[in-house]
Amino acid sequence: MWKRKYRSGQLGYHLMMAPGMIFLIIFSFVPMFGIVMAFQDYVPAKGILGSQWVGLTNFEYMLQIPDSWNILRNTVLIALGKIIFGTIVPIVFALLLNEIRLKWAKRSIQTIVYLPNFLSWAVVAAIVINVFDYHGPINSFLQAFGHQPIMFLASNDWFRTVIIGSDVWKNFGYGAIVYLAALTGIDPGLYEASSIDGANRFQQLLHVTFPGILPTIMLISALNLGNILNAGFDQIYALYNPIVYETGDVIDTYVYRVGLLGQQYSFATAIGLLKSVVSFTLLIAANKLSIKFANLRIF
Amino acid sequence: MIKSKTFGSYLSDIIIWTVLLLLTALCFLPLMNMVSVSFSDSTAAQANQVGLLPVNVNFNSYRLLLEDAQFWRSFMISVERVVLGTALNLLLTVLMAYPLSKNTKQFGARNIYMNVMIFAMLFSGGMIPLFIVVKSLGLMDTIWSLILPGAVPIFNVILLMNFFKSIPDSLEEAAIMDGASKLKILFKIYLPISLPALATIGLFSIVGHWNDYFSGLLYMNSSANFPLQTYIQQLNVDVTKITDPSQLKAIASVSNKTLNAAKIVVSIIPVLLIYPFLQKYFTSGLVIGSVKE
Repeated sequence: MWKRKYRSGQLGYHLMMAPGMIFLIIFSFVPMFGIVMAFQDYVPAKGILGSQWVGLTNFEYMLQIPDSWNILRNTVLIALGKIIFGTIVPIVFALLLNEIRLKWAKRSIQTIVYLPNFLSWAVVAAIVINVFDYHGPINSFLQAFGHQPIMFLASNDWFRTVIIGSDVWKNFGYGAIVYLAALTGIDPGLYEASSIDGANRFQQLLHVTFPGILPTIMLISALNLGNILNAGFDQIYALYNPIVYETGDVIDTYVYRVGLLGQQYSFATAIGLLKSVVSFTLLIAANKLSIKFANLRIF
Repeated sequence: MIKSKTFGSYLSDIIIWTVLLLLTALCFLPLMNMVSVSFSDSTAAQANQVGLLPVNVNFNSYRLLLEDAQFWRSFMISVERVVLGTALNLLLTVLMAYPLSKNTKQFGARNIYMNVMIFAMLFSGGMIPLFIVVKSLGLMDTIWSLILPGAVPIFNVILLMNFFKSIPDSLEEAAIMDGASKLKILFKIYLPISLPALATIGLFSIVGHWNDYFSGLLYMNSSANFPLQTYIQQLNVDVTKITDPSQLKAIASVSNKTLNAAKIVVSIIPVLLIYPFLQKYFTSGLVIGSVKE
């Protein structure tokens, strides 16, 4: 009797899932079927059903043009730079902050450095443009030391550095939270024991603190692996310009510019499809890695 | 803890404080400069004379901003988006997280739904097919184009599902005995004890909707319909369109620095208003997330 009542409740569960599933079908799964465009010469007027099938032509074209290798290189270089510095800086910051005993100072520092994470890239781009302006503070600083001013945002030597740097600036504080949480989880007894053994602060850092947060570092790194093709569209789109396409154009900006604005829908969908497949594979691998090394499922 | 202060430990204290204060200043100064520019005399700002403090403090740019109809139109579009978008996000998250928090005995199709959602989270059709869907549904230039494509925040559903799992079954069984419906159990029993988790998800939803500039650019043909951050991004557009390095020098002297700074400052204020709440909840958000599935 009780059991039947429980089971009949399953219809209720399906009804609760329904609204969300309808949205997912329309805005996630229908677009997935739109991927067939990659194998067509899609013409908006004819639609997906009426457009001509061209097999792998779009993919062959992709292999032929130099743009492809350029955007792939830029994407991976920028993403790798962000992953590496976006891991190191938060860890160093968390380790330093952890050494501070003054509660109010710690709290104030945290309040300030977490803030940039919650600003939009439109706002941060305005700040970056301002700071790296030809007459801006960085260039004034350089000139004070006798250097020529640099047009950072219009320089293929500097653009990727500015992108990686501003991303680290925006996210390092917030990124440190996980490490700070991991640090509070370290057994204080370990520090006492090591100081009785005569370890100094640096030795404690090396032999107690670092091993304590290593699992967290591994987990975050595994998660980041799935992002190797995400160089950060919102950021780059808000900061790049035709002069730095050579070093700053990444997969997503290329898809938007050539595909949507340039109306080469099929070609850009083909590029987007490759990106999705690679990212998906990497995320699955990351999940496997994190189960293996950190014993934690990401999803 | 007993501490014997040696020279080495003083030195490391000095290094630690110096690096931390430098990092903090690095985050604070550019924002401070933006605020100062907005309150400064426009010729001083144009000549890059404004540092950390305003030069010839005045409110001219804010007075001008008050009369800027498009700015406030975009501001209201963003407010509308945040209200509708967050409400829809929360409603769908709650409705989906509850059935998914049940085990397969209680809800047979649970794992099927879960796998479908994880797949949707990890794999996407890409920007262009989604754009075509939004366009063919006739959503272009409407507020719905900013809200509906992201209506189900799958990651948040998983967070809340994990939180729901930690609620003891006995609470629910008692309610079932009393003849309460599923919906009633969810809203009367689960939600009241999940308020911190809901606050976390809701706050992140608010910030996400407020800060997103790209969907506005993608789905709005007319700049009159831009949400605020898209409007802000367009202020920088001169810089993103240059084709010759020498143009970059010229832009700085034509654009209205103080007015733009005032626009940016006002666009940040809503985030600053909820920032204390965000700070209170984002660590707990991480804790919810760390519950294993």
